[in-house]
Amino acid sequence: MKRPSRQSRLGLLNGVASDASVVRLLGIGLVAGVFSALFGVGGGIIIVPLLVAVVGFDGRRATGTSLAAIGITAGAGAVAYGLHGDLKIGSAALIGLPAALGAVAGVTLQQRLQTRTLTIGFSLFLTAVGIRLLV
Amino acid sequence: MEILAALLGLLGGILAGLFGVGGGILFVPTLVLVLGLTQVHAEATSLLAILPAVIAGAWRQQRYGNVDWRAALIVGLGSIAGVEGGVELAKALSEDVLRRLFAVFMFVVAASLAWRAFRAQPAYPSDDDSDRSRGPSFRRV
Repeated sequence: MKRPSRQSRLGLLNGVASDASVVRLLGIGLVAGVFSALFGVGGGIIIVPLLVAVVGFDGRRATGTSLAAIGITAGAGAVAYGLHGDLKIGSAALIGLPAALGAVAGVTLQQRLQTRTLTIGFSLFLTAVGIRLLV
Repeated sequence: MEILAALLGLLGGILAGLFGVGGGILFVPTLVLVLGLTQVHAEATSLLAILPAVIAGAWRQQRYGNVDWRAALIVGLGSIAGVEGGVELAKALSEDVLRRLFAVFMFVVAASLAWRAFRAQPAYPSDDDSDRSRGPSFRRV
């Protein structure tokens, strides 16, 4: 018994994506695009689970592929907001350039660290910042 | 304040690489709370700030063989259609409503991270069983 998602996954890995998987990937992109622009985030939190659930990618491949897709999504979002005059380029550089260094370090650490405790800590931190935004 | 913002950018990048969550979830509150941008300006600016980190991250993941470029391109092209809708929606909402929505979004992300951490069977990139889980689909090609 083969699951359909498995067939489409094999199709993609062979470089001959079936029409069905192209439609699914476009649909994932559409949802992620709305989400990304609405919240000013990359949309990986949406793209990664959808690539796993809808297209059948494993977690690691979904994360890597999601990063590459976000490059296009975030670029399109920045251009769209830029046309409305909402971009602060100096602030973006101030945060984005150190973040690029951090991302390289983070991916390297990911290969070495047991991240369970860190993940729970990060989750609590996000909750605290969310509360701060509400009050 | 600028130094604090740059340090939070660095931290956001590290966390992005570690958890596969974009830096944006931290960039937006940093821009609002530390640099005093409005919610819309912070979201716009966050999208631009994400780019260097995403390019660096994708380059690293590429070296581990984790990027399906064709799938990424299709998802990315699909997203362009959605982006304009998201921008219009964000600008149609009031500043307060958008900020509260973002706070709720942070709680959802926090909950999903916690759920991931507490789950019995590890299935995410930081775990050790990846070789086994991706083995068959690669070797079948």
